[in-house]
Amino acid sequence: MSSTRTTPGATPAGGPGTAAAPAPGGPAATPAVEVRGVVRRFGAVTALDGIDLVIERGELVSLIGPSGCGKSTLLRVVADLVEPTEGEVRVGGKSAHRARLDQDYGIAFQAAGLLEWRTVAGNVELPLQLHGVGRAARRERARELLDLVGLADFARHRPSQLSGGMQQRVAIARALAERPSLLLMDEPFGALDEMTRERLQAELLAVRAATGCTVVFVTHSVPEAVFLSDRVVVMSARPGRVAAVVPVRLGTAERDDAVRATPAFAASVVQVRAALRATEAPR
Amino acid sequence: MNGRWRRAGVVALTVVGLLAAWEGYKAVGPVDGASLGGVRLLPRADDRSMPHVGEVLGALARPEVDAPGSRTVGVAVLTGVLSTLRLALLGGVLGSAVGLALAVLMQRLRLLEAGLLPWVVLSQTVPIIAIAPLITGWGGAVRLGPWAWTPQASVVVIAAFLAFSPVAVGALRGLQSAAPAAVELFRSYAVPWRSQLLHLRLPAARPYLVPALRLAGAQAVVGAIVAEISTGTRGGIGRLVIEYAQQATSSPARVYAAILGAAALGLLVAGLVGLVGAREDRRAAAAVEVAA
Ligand SMILES: Nc1ncnc2c1ncn2[C@@H]1O[C@H](COP(=O)(O)OP(=O)(O)O)[C@@H](O)[C@H]1O
Ligand SMILES: [Mg+2]
Repeated sequence: MSSTRTTPGATPAGGPGTAAAPAPGGPAATPAVEVRGVVRRFGAVTALDGIDLVIERGELVSLIGPSGCGKSTLLRVVADLVEPTEGEVRVGGKSAHRARLDQDYGIAFQAAGLLEWRTVAGNVELPLQLHGVGRAARRERARELLDLVGLADFARHRPSQLSGGMQQRVAIARALAERPSLLLMDEPFGALDEMTRERLQAELLAVRAATGCTVVFVTHSVPEAVFLSDRVVVMSARPGRVAAVVPVRLGTAERDDAVRATPAFAASVVQVRAALRATEAPR
Repeated sequence: MNGRWRRAGVVALTVVGLLAAWEGYKAVGPVDGASLGGVRLLPRADDRSMPHVGEVLGALARPEVDAPGSRTVGVAVLTGVLSTLRLALLGGVLGSAVGLALAVLMQRLRLLEAGLLPWVVLSQTVPIIAIAPLITGWGGAVRLGPWAWTPQASVVVIAAFLAFSPVAVGALRGLQSAAPAAVELFRSYAVPWRSQLLHLRLPAARPYLVPALRLAGAQAVVGAIVAEISTGTRGGIGRLVIEYAQQATSSPARVYAAILGAAALGLLVAGLVGLVGAREDRRAAAAVEVAA
């Protein structure tokens, strides 16, 4: 863990203003995430069993499935927080480990995980500070990001002074701090009420449009998966496998709440539900 | 703001209450005490066993020995208190530093925690009386250039020995209190362990550290006084209690004057540590207010 420091300048591009298209300079053929034959066992439990999944750059892919099917484990394998027992993971053409050292991804999990002794702005600045970004640049970036998630007025507040939805917004801003090309999110809106949830979903799409980053999004809500995703990956439990991949075609234009009322949306929801039901083996 | 005055009021009332109880028992208690079959049930209330409060205070103003130019008992007690305070603080700081370092090591190496923590806890059951001569003996062999081991050094080491354990245990709990989600976040940042300690674990440990330091302060005072007594170190309040106790037949009030000094020393250290904790308490109170 001694050679792990990375210069922020080395972080790949993909900041605001970058188009959602594949980076023109980079090898356009390299997917954002490649998971090949990944198996992960915890003792006798096989959490993941032969997962194959390729996610293209700029894509938003949801993982959905019954509780315990290995969604979180898969996300952590991609993040290099859990080692696969078998198989290989590549992130942007690099090993998952290299990608972590290079800070190619940002994470936001269900528990916002904000540090209570830091202000909201201090929490957003955390990864920048840890990676040696100067104070002025840090301040500027935090201001920018809090603007993006609509919390500019709360920069000096403590996390506990914020509602759950606001805390989750801070966590997203923090995940975006180093302009990652990949965003990994594990049920980030799982603990929020329906209204807040739908608002944050729309905000996430706006953030993604602004940054062009790839998003892998774990959820257990079918409408959420459909609203957000280009593809929904349906997983089955015991052992965790990819049961189906449902493409969502709601038009490439930016989605707004009106989409939720369209027949195409309803059709996708039905499709994902059916795939989910099929994973519950008849016994 | 209100709370501080209320707390001062409670302390003052307690002191008055204690004095009243003392004088009250002296007024109504049996002069020769009370025994039943050789077992003493009530203490003697005579002037030698329980001098009047006024007499104890009066003793402070009287000269220590019957010679011209002798310092007063009050000055002797004050000098002793300050001397012991210095040793207790040195021991408290040293013990806290060792305790914190041990906690960090134990947090870092699980194996070390399993091997060390039971001993850290057990160390508190070792009677000081037993280890005091050992430490003095080992210390006597230590010589660092021009500096030779002093009895005061033994007192500091013993005070530190009593202070380190609560800090080690409290700090370890605090370091381990960091939320798993936050630990995972730091892992995703791929930063060295030192950054995790500095920016996550130590800040998370702060609320645990304050009560641990309070306990360490109290332990260091007790440790310093008992160490002075059991090593026979001169100059401190511990030794003074013993010296005055030997003169109890001629001037019983003096013993209580010295004990008063020891109690004042304890309050002084508690106050000093309290200053450290006050900031944290205000922080916690603010957080609670916000949450409510
Ligand atoms: N660190 C771990 N140790 C042991 N078992 C684990 C661990 N993480 C996950 N598992 C097991 O792996 C399976 C998948 O868990 P998880 O990926 O959290 O599922 P999901 O996120 O889909 O609910 C579960 O059976 C869980 O108990
Ligand atoms: Mg999960």
